[in-house]
Amino acid sequence: MSATATVPVQDAREERRGLRLPGPIALWVVAAASVAISLAREISNNDDLTSANTFGVAIRTAAPIALAGLGGLYAERSGTINIGLEGMMIMGTVFAGWWAWEYNPWMGVLGGVIGGALGGLVHAFATVTFGVNHIVSGFAINILAPGVARFMANLLFEGESGGSVTNSPGASGEIGVFTMPVLSGGPLLGWKDTPDPLGSLADRQWFLVSDIASLLKALTTELRLDLVLVIVLFVASVYVLWRTRFGLRLRSAGERPSAADSLGVSVVFYRYVGMLISGGLAGMAGSVLVIGANRYSQGQTGGRGFLGLATLVVGNWRPAGVAAGAGLFGFFDGITQRIDPGQLILAAILAAAILLAFGIVYSVMQLRPGPALLMAIGGAVLLWVYLTIDDIRSEFVFMAPFVVTLIVVASRGQASRPPAQAGIPWRKGSQN
Amino acid sequence: MGAIVHIATDEAPGGADYELPAQNESLRVLEKRGARAERGVHGALSPCVQPMTTAVEPGTAIDSAYAIELRGIVKRFPGVVANDGVNLRVREGTIHAIVGENGAGKSTLMKTLYGAHQPDEGDILIHGTRRTFRNPSAAIDMGIGMVFQHFMLADNFTVWENIVLGSEPGHLRLNMRKARRRIRELSEQYGLEVDPDELVADLGVGDKQRVEILKVLYRGARILILDEPTAVLVPHEVTELFASLEQLTQQGATVIFISHKLDEVLGNADAITVIRAGKTVGEIDDPSTVTAGELAEMMVGSELPSPETREATVRDDVRLEVVGLTIESAPTGVDTVALAAGLAGGIESSSGTPTSHRPLDDVSLRVQSGEIVGIAGVEGNGQTELIEAIMGLRPASGIVKVDEQDVSELSNTARRNAGIGYVAEDRQRDGMVLSMTLWENVILGHQAGDDFTHRGLIDRDAARERTRQVVEEFDVRTPGIDVSAFTLSGGNQQKLIVGREMMAKPHVLIAAHPTRGVDVGAQAVIWDILRQARSDGLATLLISADLDELIGLSDRLLVMLRGKVVAEVDPQTVTPAELGSYMTGAHHHDGRSASGSPGDGEAPA
Amino acid sequence: MNRRLLTTFAAPALAAVAAIVVSSVAVLVAGESPATAFKAMWSQIDSTESIVLIVNRAVPYYVAGVAVAIGFKMNLFNIGANGQYVLAALLAAAAGAAVDLPAPIHVAMIMGIAVVVGATWAAIPALLKAYRGVNEVISTIMLNYVATNLIAYLLAEHFRNPDQPNIRETRVLPESARLPSLNSLFEAIGFDFGPGVVLHGFLPVAIVLGIGYHVLLNRSRFGFNLRVSGENPTAARAAGISPRRMIIVTLIMSGAIAGLIGIGPLLADPQFYKYGDQFPVSYGFIGLSLALLGRNHPVGMAAAALVWATIERATQALSFVDIPQEIGIILQGSFLLSAIIAYEIVRRLSADAETRAASRETPGTRTIAEAPA
Repeated sequence: MSATATVPVQDAREERRGLRLPGPIALWVVAAASVAISLAREISNNDDLTSANTFGVAIRTAAPIALAGLGGLYAERSGTINIGLEGMMIMGTVFAGWWAWEYNPWMGVLGGVIGGALGGLVHAFATVTFGVNHIVSGFAINILAPGVARFMANLLFEGESGGSVTNSPGASGEIGVFTMPVLSGGPLLGWKDTPDPLGSLADRQWFLVSDIASLLKALTTELRLDLVLVIVLFVASVYVLWRTRFGLRLRSAGERPSAADSLGVSVVFYRYVGMLISGGLAGMAGSVLVIGANRYSQGQTGGRGFLGLATLVVGNWRPAGVAAGAGLFGFFDGITQRIDPGQLILAAILAAAILLAFGIVYSVMQLRPGPALLMAIGGAVLLWVYLTIDDIRSEFVFMAPFVVTLIVVASRGQASRPPAQAGIPWRKGSQN
Repeated sequence: MGAIVHIATDEAPGGADYELPAQNESLRVLEKRGARAERGVHGALSPCVQPMTTAVEPGTAIDSAYAIELRGIVKRFPGVVANDGVNLRVREGTIHAIVGENGAGKSTLMKTLYGAHQPDEGDILIHGTRRTFRNPSAAIDMGIGMVFQHFMLADNFTVWENIVLGSEPGHLRLNMRKARRRIRELSEQYGLEVDPDELVADLGVGDKQRVEILKVLYRGARILILDEPTAVLVPHEVTELFASLEQLTQQGATVIFISHKLDEVLGNADAITVIRAGKTVGEIDDPSTVTAGELAEMMVGSELPSPETREATVRDDVRLEVVGLTIESAPTGVDTVALAAGLAGGIESSSGTPTSHRPLDDVSLRVQSGEIVGIAGVEGNGQTELIEAIMGLRPASGIVKVDEQDVSELSNTARRNAGIGYVAEDRQRDGMVLSMTLWENVILGHQAGDDFTHRGLIDRDAARERTRQVVEEFDVRTPGIDVSAFTLSGGNQQKLIVGREMMAKPHVLIAAHPTRGVDVGAQAVIWDILRQARSDGLATLLISADLDELIGLSDRLLVMLRGKVVAEVDPQTVTPAELGSYMTGAHHHDGRSASGSPGDGEAPA
Repeated sequence: MNRRLLTTFAAPALAAVAAIVVSSVAVLVAGESPATAFKAMWSQIDSTESIVLIVNRAVPYYVAGVAVAIGFKMNLFNIGANGQYVLAALLAAAAGAAVDLPAPIHVAMIMGIAVVVGATWAAIPALLKAYRGVNEVISTIMLNYVATNLIAYLLAEHFRNPDQPNIRETRVLPESARLPSLNSLFEAIGFDFGPGVVLHGFLPVAIVLGIGYHVLLNRSRFGFNLRVSGENPTAARAAGISPRRMIIVTLIMSGAIAGLIGIGPLLADPQFYKYGDQFPVSYGFIGLSLALLGRNHPVGMAAAALVWATIERATQALSFVDIPQEIGIILQGSFLLSAIIAYEIVRRLSADAETRAASRETPGTRTIAEAPA
């Protein structure tokens, strides 16, 4: 829009003074978080905080959010903001419910992908070809999708046994699970009970080591095969986006489309592809929901599409970050489904307070009093809550991911690194 | 050793009045010159130069060692002939400079050469063979690579990602090792040091430029075109660049660069072509035989209108005073510029480009009633920052006084109410809302005062009445005052804006590029307005890139470079060469702050 | 202006046609005939009763549209209108049921609280954007979900009606808080709506809001500042209009008006007079759709609101002819999508014409410095 190309400035990254930590800061954050959680477990004596079961639930609830976030990632990396993730996920759920019931769960997964991709196609059509504002178009899709889904449900499920307009009949068959042999006791070529070192390590309750073992065990035990696919997709995405020709060109469409165009790369093509993938992944997130619940239900998505968007912001537009963000949100969500969620929440709050303490130390090392002060206030509040309140209501737990996102976004401010041209329509001849 | 300088000109030797192209009829508004002799100094051409009255005959030089030859290129756009029979001959393995002013047609010519468009007439010969380029890819295939003034780089990508994009080694998998290897090879071969794995956002401007050059080399370019490559470089980066270009030509490549920095051109080019008003007016095979002054004259025309001798209308009272105005660094974070950019649908990031100097560095000046103080300088040297600091649109330290009243802490609105009028440099971006009607645009900038609002409501009648007055008095050609502003031509838009500011009866007027992109007739009207206001006692600060305008209108002329005021010159006696050198930094001066009394000329070092 | 005619009539008309086509396809997929569908829909709305019901529905939609449109005029997306209005409705209902005041004051107090709550909830994204550059789309979406959960908590714990242990809702508002129906007004001029048909009393407020919106936007200085900030933010800044202040004030104002969205159902709809699980919770999004459809124009949005409500009312008849009622949402959604595409096409066409007109200028300056070509 402006005549001079306004390019995000390197000054946007805050100057670092004081002590510097080697390596990427994200890794340090993860390490600090792990220590904080382990400490919280010890202090509050709440072993369930880091049990394999809790992690397992967290993974299951995180998966759809993570997929939605990954979908948002592909879209924004190619230059289009996809607010319609929720709508595409809804399309995914109804298609998945249909095909999972009509055929089998794997077809259900495929159906979800297709349903979501259809939504992506519409969004791409409006934004890339016609240049409609991305937010507006995504919003329109979110309006349209529930109607279409309910319409389809009415036609497909109403009158079928076990079905109605608000949910489909159950899926035909199970999708199967995977348990890693030798590490987590899974079967291997007929050998039914292989050793389970991770499990035993997790049971030992050793500080930090057992907690990590728990996490690994949860990732490798009775993991639904569609969730395995999710993990594969994440790993594959890192490779595809940063190590292939396709990925480079896709990202260029989102970073500097006119540069790409001047070098012979078709921005329109890559933005369409990016959006189709985005819709497909969002749709698959719907499939995961359906398979988890064994059927389609109206309103199944419950805002997870938007949480997916939030993971983009929290995760700084990288797959690993998205996964971590989704993991965080899933963790909160999963906690509410465990026995005695209130205590778990409190333990989690303690962990957050400890993490903030680390943050304060870091800020002081960096000679930045402002953030340190804010974190101190936040930490004090959390600590007070932990010490005085007996039980946390579930509503506040549900609120948590959204509040966390707000805090992250507000504190990042200018230092966030979205793809430079995400959301800005591009026409031939512009300088973007 | 004869240096042969061919000058194509319509001028009969002897000095009849030079016929400037139509768009400068406005010069008639200025006093008649005839004072060419008065300027003297660099009027005489060097004895080795033989002016010819005929244009160069095509095909005269038989060398096919010309890597590029452009013959008689003509390119027309609606309303203007950008290239009117341009010739260019570049020998292989040389660094060839193309010089000319803004609007002379250089960029249009280069676009033809690298395939962005095709000429309406004329031939392109590459190594002696005629070629046509349907698109940039065709030019790239012929080994021609263009390095743009505004880099086309993805900041969040690494160097190697930017370079290989679109021509990646490998099929599915990115063969990063191969890419890096090739880049290092090229880097060594041509002396262009880069780290392939560094993020472009972390690079300085000189490094980014090297990346752009490597981009074209990577695709096999043997002929490189650089558009104003040194415009954004600091001196040591300039040296590095030309060293690299030298190395490139030693390896057999051919380099063409467009520049207006005459000392750099003379110091580094093997040959120079001068373009003026769409035609080639000089081809210099040995730059050591010409001086910067001679080049400047060729570029500008041997004619610089001498300003009319007019009576001094300067009065004693100081209307605008600025003391020590400084902006420490380019804005970061969420300043109003970023917010406005965000609202406009752009990225909500700060707009400042990091510079190696303070955007505004201890600037002081005074403008008295009845005086026009001009500020000359290449764009990007702090003029915008100065204006915005005075207007209160950008935070700055220092003092701003209007009519002896200290307004340094006041808002833009308050400063306007104190009597400052503002004609912004980019009318479409900052001066008006194109989709609104004329009378709404007249309110713009004055909506906070009493003229057009009563108790929070807009007084439409008052606005419309004022608009009618503006339209009539300032000769705004429009079918009515209810039309949208975009239906007006640029000149009429500008007249409207100038009129609206004037009718608010300011004491001080900040006029930035008041006749940019405006047709000749409107330009004349605006100049008249400014002059009339001046004699009525208005104090005007005039910022412009148009030297005619600056010299013709200013009583005193300041030059800004790198955020400082580096010189004050007398518009009546300064020569284009001098002014050019101050503006481009060739003259090394301690910047004396320009608050001296009118008439203080600078003695050249 | 040709362009005005296009956008005002041709574009939405084309969009409507597209929507009808899409829905007809859906009806065919459902195995029925589009003709049957449309006939049934028409018969449903062809009565005075229907018109009253449509207007009742359209009123809160319109208020939502106005609230959102104020933000849109400045390129600000107040997607949080939803969260703002439900929170406002809950708190206003709870507060209103807790006191007893003479009628006009009671109503005024409830409306006042709603406005304040809406404004406060909107202040959060406003400040975040103005001082931290946080994009309001993300922040308002997040706050919507926070609001939903907050309401669940408040309703369950604090504002519950003790007389209704099995249902979660606030206490019923006393008579003094209720807005009377407008039936008597219309009966006086000869319109009899028939038994059981009530024209809700919030309509005048909506009309006043619409007029106020128009006057504010087109006649006031603030409205001028707002429009300029939206149409050309850089020019606004250069004219001394502070982007920071405009962002904050506009978003808060949008939230304040959003607070009133729920007041219509709350105070004027006999079905409610309280806030509970049945209370509508998606009017904010409808408002966004209407603002987009009506292009932020006070009359355009009113028309859009009526169309929207008509579709809802009309499609109620479809179940009688064995057609899924969701056709209604499909009609609405495809209408919205087609309209925004159509508007964009028109905008691009006229923008291109603009630039062509503007480029007909002769460059007249002679300088040494090169400006980018």
